[in-house]
Amino acid sequence: MAELSFLSRREALKGLLSGAAGAAAVPAIAAPNETEQAPALRAARFVFHDPDFTQPVKFPWEKLFSAEELATTKALADLILPKDDSSPAASEVGVHDFINEWVSADYPEHHEDREIIRGGLGWLNTESFKRFTQRFEELGVERQSQIADDICDPAKAREEFKVGAAFFKRFRQLCLGGYYTHSATWKSLGYIGNISVGGPYPGVPKEVIEKLGLQDVV
Amino acid sequence: MPILTERKTQPQYDVIVVGSGAGGGMAALILALNGVKVLMIEAGRNYEPQKETPMFNTPEMAPLRGAPTPDRPFGFYDSNIGGWQVPGEPYTNKAGTQGNFWWWRARMLGGRTNHWGRIALRFGEFDFKPKSRDGLGVDWPVSYTDIAPWYDRVEQLIGVYGDNDGIANAPNSSPGVLMPPPKPRVGELLAKKAGEKFGVPVVAAHRAVLSQPLDWKNLPKTLFPNNPKAQEILGKDMMSRAACFWATHCVRGCSIRANFQSTTVLIPPALATGNLDIITDAMVREVIVDGSGKATGVHYIDKTTHRDAVAKARVVILAASACETSRILLNSKSRDAAGLANSSGQVGKNLMDSVGTRLGAHIPAMEDLPLMNEDGAGGLHVYSPWWLVNDHAKLGFARGYHIEMGGGRQMPEMKHFSILDSTSPGVYGRKLKDEARRYYGAQFGFAGRGEMIPNKDCYCELDPAVVDQWGIPVLRFHWKWSDHEIKQAEHMQQTFAAMLEAMGGKPKPQSGADAIQRPGEIIHEVGTARMGDKAAESVTNQYCQAWDVKNLFLMDGAVLPSNPDKNPTLTILALAWRSSEWLMEEMKRGNI
Repeated sequence: MAELSFLSRREALKGLLSGAAGAAAVPAIAAPNETEQAPALRAARFVFHDPDFTQPVKFPWEKLFSAEELATTKALADLILPKDDSSPAASEVGVHDFINEWVSADYPEHHEDREIIRGGLGWLNTESFKRFTQRFEELGVERQSQIADDICDPAKAREEFKVGAAFFKRFRQLCLGGYYTHSATWKSLGYIGNISVGGPYPGVPKEVIEKLGLQDVV
Repeated sequence: MPILTERKTQPQYDVIVVGSGAGGGMAALILALNGVKVLMIEAGRNYEPQKETPMFNTPEMAPLRGAPTPDRPFGFYDSNIGGWQVPGEPYTNKAGTQGNFWWWRARMLGGRTNHWGRIALRFGEFDFKPKSRDGLGVDWPVSYTDIAPWYDRVEQLIGVYGDNDGIANAPNSSPGVLMPPPKPRVGELLAKKAGEKFGVPVVAAHRAVLSQPLDWKNLPKTLFPNNPKAQEILGKDMMSRAACFWATHCVRGCSIRANFQSTTVLIPPALATGNLDIITDAMVREVIVDGSGKATGVHYIDKTTHRDAVAKARVVILAASACETSRILLNSKSRDAAGLANSSGQVGKNLMDSVGTRLGAHIPAMEDLPLMNEDGAGGLHVYSPWWLVNDHAKLGFARGYHIEMGGGRQMPEMKHFSILDSTSPGVYGRKLKDEARRYYGAQFGFAGRGEMIPNKDCYCELDPAVVDQWGIPVLRFHWKWSDHEIKQAEHMQQTFAAMLEAMGGKPKPQSGADAIQRPGEIIHEVGTARMGDKAAESVTNQYCQAWDVKNLFLMDGAVLPSNPDKNPTLTILALAWRSSEWLMEEMKRGNI
């Protein structure tokens, strides 16, 4: 059986139940300082320490991708999550910008991703050059897919594609995260909340109760 | 101007309350409603939930799509300023500790009530007399029947939904006190069905969320029968609190004031009395005492001006959170190097957190269901109270736990899709979207919250070598779990695995030692200045009054002699109300 998100190494420290008390959600951070001083109090309200939710929130760090890296990111994100009848392409909801933010954030976990993603984008363009003498984003979808097919499954990737496969796995995960955390994708995903509902909470529809045989516990 | 933006306090108050969370907020409200002049001192900044709460903000409006970061461990929209690390305010762990204690702090008006899970469970009759039952820890100086009326009052004041299920040691509220609970969501019903197989009750959670408007016409009269001014203020205030509209998570706080936080429920009516001044950004360093050993006020650092200052009052109440209250006492050395109110030597000792573990799984039955809005009350609708309360002899551990649970179609976060790494390797393109639709919303998990037993190896003390940026000596922690907690954690994992399997999942439980979360991680730390009925063994009496200093009261989690599996906030509120009433009687009697 699949290893579940909350059990994987990366996710082990992250929250499972966003719903529970100050309790269930748990961050991926190192143990608090042993004896050294914490960083000095920042002069202004630092967006990640004390955000001002009444103002548009600005990303506090320099974004590191070059124009070329951003273009490759955009192309690969759209290959992984293309436009279809019910939902937009990854680039239409800013997944490439999100990945740029993600690798630029000044936290240890993000430094690790920065290495994987930047190195991987370079690897991808070299692979593309070797096969087609073009950058990845200049290829058509068919040629892009030829490369992607060789690296999309880490367990099946040949030895010479292992680096590309490790990159693809992490990149795909960031794409999924960035894509589905944009509200424009929610209806197609099946999330219809974040709207106010009057009266008592309606509970589970009868058809679902019956489908799952839950009549005796309602 | 009740919030003292000009940084000028009155020369003398009746009562100083240090801290603005559950205990401090409640004490300030009760005192102010009765004409007592109160100064509240808060270490963090002013915070205005009605203006500041990001109610419907979506992840794309946040940096990093709102994902948790070391600075905001519960996600970008969590309504907490602070966390396990506060810039400029370190703490340390002592050599030889079994695990580093994580100390959560909130530096904002309302403290951590802005962020908490709103889980509002009463301690039961066994919880107040644990030692009498199993010989471990200590008994409380009060019994359930002493506190029950105060639980009723608190529940009526703040609004709590839930059912009376008549389960042993999970007390019923008086008739008419609780609000109707919201109906369970689909995963919660599947859990209920699974629970029937194993005798695990899955019943309505008790949470401080208004499932309907408060009865503002009658409740104020019930709660404050001989106090027309209080009735008027509370009536108006209750009328302006809206019922939950079943959207946006409680961890963000609530701008419509449907859930309980000190800043929406306690502080506004307290300010409306005109009897409360609040100074924020003021870090209390120590309690000042006169030659006779009476407290005369507090010494604080004004963070905005970086000046030392003193505020004076007839009575001092510390409600700065368990460890911070103990830190203030230990730093109050003007008469005794051991600190103030510490003739028992118990200040800083008996530190407890809840035992926490969690386990989740993919539940195939939850795939591909018709579209449903499962936001609900922004937290649990159901929970499982401890069901083996009479079986400890054969369990091999002495105390119980309750189960929290959740999953399904919550607002999408990055973590919801990591499952696809393992379920759907090699997939990209449109098919990946199908996979995302299939697995998102079909995950469910359980989290246990268990009682630990106080032990001599879990404590905090002053670090002799380290001060914070305000020059105040910091706390140093030491920790060691006992076998009771590890075995309890193991039992949680086995129970969760059985439940998840019965729901159709394939969970991978861990051993108790691997599954148990870090000390401090559950953020239920209590006990470091416990109450008792003997001055030699405890720091306060049953009314939170320090044995050694008659006009010093501790009204937060510090006074809890044990840490039952029920989250402590409701009990902190009940004790603070009861103790505040007793304090006013003592003032009237001229004893204080």
